[in-house]
Amino acid sequence: MRYSAWEVFKNGLTGNKGWKPVWRNPEPKTHYDAIIIGGGGHGLSTAYYLAKNHGITNVAVLERGYLGGGNVGRNTTIVRANYMLNGNSQFYSHSLKLWEGMEQDLNYNTMLSQRGCIMLAHSDGQMDAMARRGNMMHMQGDTDAELMGRDAVKNLLPYLNFDNPRFPIYGGLMHWRGGTARHDAVAWGYARAADMRGVDLIQNCEVKGFRIEHGKVLGVETSRGYIGAGKVGMTVAGRSSQVGEMAGLRLPIESHVLQAFVTEGLKPVIDNVISFGMGHFYISQSDKGGLVFGGDLDMYNSYAQRGNLPMVEHVAEAGMALMPMIGKAKMLRSWGGIMDMSMDGTPIIDKTDIEGFFINCGWCYGGFKAVPGSGDVFAHLMATGNYHKAADMFQLRRFETGHMIDETGNGATPNLH
Amino acid sequence: MRINCPLCGSRDSREFHYRGSAKLLHRPDGDAGDAAFHDYVYLRENPAGVNDDLWFHENGCRSWLVVARNVTTHEILSVKLAADVKRGGA
Repeated sequence: MRYSAWEVFKNGLTGNKGWKPVWRNPEPKTHYDAIIIGGGGHGLSTAYYLAKNHGITNVAVLERGYLGGGNVGRNTTIVRANYMLNGNSQFYSHSLKLWEGMEQDLNYNTMLSQRGCIMLAHSDGQMDAMARRGNMMHMQGDTDAELMGRDAVKNLLPYLNFDNPRFPIYGGLMHWRGGTARHDAVAWGYARAADMRGVDLIQNCEVKGFRIEHGKVLGVETSRGYIGAGKVGMTVAGRSSQVGEMAGLRLPIESHVLQAFVTEGLKPVIDNVISFGMGHFYISQSDKGGLVFGGDLDMYNSYAQRGNLPMVEHVAEAGMALMPMIGKAKMLRSWGGIMDMSMDGTPIIDKTDIEGFFINCGWCYGGFKAVPGSGDVFAHLMATGNYHKAADMFQLRRFETGHMIDETGNGATPNLH
Repeated sequence: MRINCPLCGSRDSREFHYRGSAKLLHRPDGDAGDAAFHDYVYLRENPAGVNDDLWFHENGCRSWLVVARNVTTHEILSVKLAADVKRGGA
């Protein structure tokens, strides 16, 4: 069914009995042309673009739990493309363009809200760095980057503490096309659109191993039996090391927990996405009114999907330092997601030495904004065997050849900042 | 999370700095070649179970520690001085 205002109107008059399940729940077939492991944002978008752009529709997405139950449902929903380094810059720019056409493309309301995303600066040196980053964004073609001085930021965000003794606000770099989206709807929208093109979405189906002969992948062993495949793509960020290990891969990845928080619903008060990098704090307000914010990794490797109290305290302190007005808001929930922290902070999208086995991992804490771009370039790689021009620097072998893309300049470490 | 430092006793994890896998104690010989160093610097086991981590007791005795920790539950199973582990003792 194609969604439209007319369908809403018609179903409103007929007791809403016309709505149907959004996707099928098929039994796995014995063989697919392509199998995607992981039914999150990246896996579902990859399956969708395989079908839409490359005509490969005999595809299955295998999901251990339920669709969209991993990090695509556990993030802070921010969409942005304010990256600087060659490699990242063109990729996130490509991804943002896909975001801008997503709702029409999928016929699904993903509630993309390009409300502007600002990074604050607290010294002359940082203002220079912001100017440089903004210029790089303009050169990439994202001309919405705007360097704002202290007065302009004060005009836009009067409630910030501009005279914090340690981090007074000198200005910031606004990225007007950045914003937020409804994270679950992104997963559901891609799932529905992929299903409508014939992709089988198979839930409660855990991959237990690979069948690999003579250096070529033949299929996967799952909790629902063996399934043959011409090609297999892995999009299981957070668990990449485990799934990769089944295929004999060792990856430059460590899994870390990142916490996020939401307050009770409040009246509209924060219009933009505000990033206070020096305090490891960022915040936006959801359409329901809750203040959604987060901070840093807990800084030790973890698969627990929950963090510890020191980081809760640190994030709350940073929030209070930046905007004392949120002090009386009550924190409603906190949660943790497991990040695939790569050793240079940049994702990996590549073929492997096993013919027909492709990997898409290492998203660190930037996976959500990459969902459409990642699916598009990964589908391109799986279908054609060639790197997409927006993602040809995300190769696994960059760690051997010394071509890391180290956006934060931290060197070989998984616990960034 | 509390870490039972062999020298200082049970202390809040905020006193410690996490460095990464304890495999970093075993640096290859200088002439071991690029592949060995690529493995040493970048590749990680990253198990979803018990992992040996390196922690530095930054705001305490400033010892490097090898902490065996279940990374799915955050339970700490043992803490040893890295110097002892490196010498093959403990």
